[in-house]
Amino acid sequence: MQWTDYISPLMQGAWVTVQLTVFSTILGAVLAFVFGIGKLSSNWAFRAISVAYIEVFRGTSLLVQLFWLYFALPLAGTAMGIDLRLPPVLAGVLALGLNIGAYGAEVVRGAIAAVHQDQHEAARALNFSARQTLWGIVIPQAIPEMMPSFGNLAVQNLKDTALVSLISLGDLTFRAEQIRNFTQDSTTIYSMLLVMYFGMALVLTAIMRGLERYATRWRTARS
Amino acid sequence: MLFGFEWDLSSPLAFALSILPILLIGMWVTIQAAVLGFAVALVLGLVWAVLKAARSRFIAWPASVVTEFIRDTPLLVQLFFLYYVLPEYGIVLPAFMTGALALGIQYSAYTSEVYRAGLEAVAKDQHEAARALNLSAARTFTHIVVPQAVPRIVPAMGNYLVSIMKDVPVLSVVTVLEMLNVAKIVGDRTFDYLVPLSMVGGLYLIMTLVASAGVRLLDGWLPKQGIPLK
Amino acid sequence: MSDPIIKFDKVVKRFGDLTVLDALDFEVMRGEKVSIIGPSGSGKSTVLRILMTLEGIDGGLVTVGGEPLWHEPGPDGLRPASEAHLRKMRAQLGMVFQQFNLFPHMTVLRNITEAPVKVLGLSKADAKLRAEELLERVGLADQAQKYPHQLSGGQQQRVGIARALAMRPSILLFDEPTSALDPELVGEVLNVIGQLAEEHDLTMLLVTHEMRFAREISDRVCFFDQGQIREEGTPEELFSDPNEDRTREFLKAVLD
Repeated sequence: MQWTDYISPLMQGAWVTVQLTVFSTILGAVLAFVFGIGKLSSNWAFRAISVAYIEVFRGTSLLVQLFWLYFALPLAGTAMGIDLRLPPVLAGVLALGLNIGAYGAEVVRGAIAAVHQDQHEAARALNFSARQTLWGIVIPQAIPEMMPSFGNLAVQNLKDTALVSLISLGDLTFRAEQIRNFTQDSTTIYSMLLVMYFGMALVLTAIMRGLERYATRWRTARS
Repeated sequence: MLFGFEWDLSSPLAFALSILPILLIGMWVTIQAAVLGFAVALVLGLVWAVLKAARSRFIAWPASVVTEFIRDTPLLVQLFFLYYVLPEYGIVLPAFMTGALALGIQYSAYTSEVYRAGLEAVAKDQHEAARALNLSAARTFTHIVVPQAVPRIVPAMGNYLVSIMKDVPVLSVVTVLEMLNVAKIVGDRTFDYLVPLSMVGGLYLIMTLVASAGVRLLDGWLPKQGIPLK
Repeated sequence: MSDPIIKFDKVVKRFGDLTVLDALDFEVMRGEKVSIIGPSGSGKSTVLRILMTLEGIDGGLVTVGGEPLWHEPGPDGLRPASEAHLRKMRAQLGMVFQQFNLFPHMTVLRNITEAPVKVLGLSKADAKLRAEELLERVGLADQAQKYPHQLSGGQQQRVGIARALAMRPSILLFDEPTSALDPELVGEVLNVIGQLAEEHDLTMLLVTHEMRFAREISDRVCFFDQGQIREEGTPEELFSDPNEDRTREFLKAVLD
C-alpha cells in the first residue's frame, strides 16, 4: 500500500471528526450559556447547580468523563433499573460537549459580568424587564468579549475528539490506528494524521475569526 | 488482585475501600507524569520563546509555525507519533518517559506564550529605563526583567500544571499505569466500572482543587511589583 | 398649582456609614422645572437615582404621582415594592445620564426604538416614526443609521435625550447631562434641554453645574448641602440674594 491509499479511509474518519466537533461544540455552547448565566442567577438553586456543573467538569479529566459515561453510566442505570447504555457517538458528543461547556460557562460568566453597570442602569431607566435586559442589552455586548476564548475552546474541542477513538468510534484517529495495525507504516500515517488535524484546526480558526468579525461589526463601523 | 491488593466485592463500600490503595498508587504515577511533563514544558517552552523572539526571521518564523502546529494537533496523536515513530529511528524510551515527553511537548506551545507575554509586559518601558541607567543587557535581564516577569508568569504556569494533570489519563493508551488506567483494569476484571471510575472522578476533583488552591496561594504570596533584590 | 407630582418625606439614604440623604423633605409640582445645585457629594444625584429606582431608600417615603414609589400597599400597611410595582411606577420617569449610557451595539435609531417596541409594545413602524420625529427635534435626523461611537459626545447626549423622550415620561431627570462633554459641545445639548423646558406638562429635574443655564430655565433652584436642602427659591432670589452663608460661599466659588 502507498500513502495515497490511506487518503480515502482517513477522509472517512475526518468526516466523523468534523461531525463530532460540530455537534459537541454546539452542545458545549448551549451549556456554556445556560450555566454561565446560571452562575450569575439570583436563584440560589440554579446558581448551585451551575457551580457544581462547572467545578465537576473542569475539575476532572475529559477522558475520565468519557469513560464514566461509556463504561460506568450503564451500570448506574442497571442499579436504578433503567437502560443507560449509550452508543459511542452519543457518549462521545455528550462527554465532549459537557466538558467544553464547563470551560465555556466560565467565559460566558466573565464576559457578562464585565458589561458595565451603566448599561444595566440605562436598561432599567427604559423599563426593560430583567430578561429583556439580559438578552437584548447585556449578552449582545458580552459576545464580542467571549469570541476569542470561544475560538480557542473550539480548537481545543477538535483536538479532544481524538479521544473518542478510545471507545471505538470511527473518527480520524481511529481510522489511522486501524491502518497502522495493518501496515505498520507508522511514520507516514501519523505524519498525515497530524497534518490533517492541523489543517482542520486552521479552517476552524478561520471560521471562528469570521464569527468574531460578525459579532463585533458594530464596534468597527466607520463614520 | 492488582499491585498485591485484593478487592472485596461484598458491598460497594467495601469494594471502594479495598481498591483505594490501588488507585492511590495510580495517582502517584499520575502526579509523577504530570510533574515530569511540566518540567519538559517549562524548559522547551523557554526555548521556543527565545527562538520566537529572535531578530532573524529565519529563526523566529519557523519557531512560530512549529509551536502553532504543536498547539493545533491532539496530544493523543502526538503521543502515538512519539511512541511508534521514535523507535523506528532507534530511540527507544520507556512508555512513561514517552508519555511525559508528549505532555511536555504539547504544553511547551502554551508555556512559550506565557513566557513571551510575561517578558513583553515588562520589557518595553523597563528596557529603555535600563538603557538610560547604562546597565548591560545581561544585567538588565537578570536584575530588571526576570524579577518582574516571574510574578506574572508563575500563576499562569501553575494553571497549566493543573491542566497537564487532567491530560495524564491519555497516557493510558501506551500502557502507562496512571490512575484512570488502573481503575479501568479493576473494572475490566470485576465487571464493575461504576465504583472505580467514580472514585477516579472524585480523586481528580480533590487533586485539582488542592493544586488550584496551591496556585492561588503562590499567587498571593508573590510580590506583585517584582521580587526584591538584595 | 395642584398636588406635588414628586414628594420626598423624611427620606434617608445611607451608603455604609455615610448618610447621603438626611431626612430629606422635597416636593416638585407637575410641570415644574427644578434645578438642583450644590457641592459634589451633597446627595444631588442620589435624589435622581432614587426616583429612577436605581437606588433604594433606607427610611421615609417617596411618592410619585401620589403613589408610593419604593413601597406598595399590603395587608398590614405599606411593604417594600415588588418589581412589578417598580415597573409600573418607572413608566412615568425618564433619565438622561452623565455618561450618556447609549447602547453601543445598536444604531442611533435602534437605541430610540428598542424600548418603545419591547416595553410599550409599539409596532416597529410607529416606533420608527416617533424616533425620526425626535431625532428631528434634537437635530440629528441624518445620523439615524450610525452607531454611538461614530458620534461626538454632544450628539450622543442628544440621542440620550431622544431615547428618554421616546418613552413619553411625564417626569424627565437630567443627571449632570453636560459634565462629561468638551466645553464646545455643551451648548448644543443645553439648547435641546432649553427647548424642552418650554413644554408645560413635562416635569423636569436637573442636577447641573451650569449655573447660568439653571438660572435661565428653572422655575425654582434648590441648593443641596450635606444631604439636605439648605436653601431654595426662584433663580432670582437664590442667585442674586441668597440668605445662607453656605449658599453664598458655594455660588462665589463656582461663579468666579
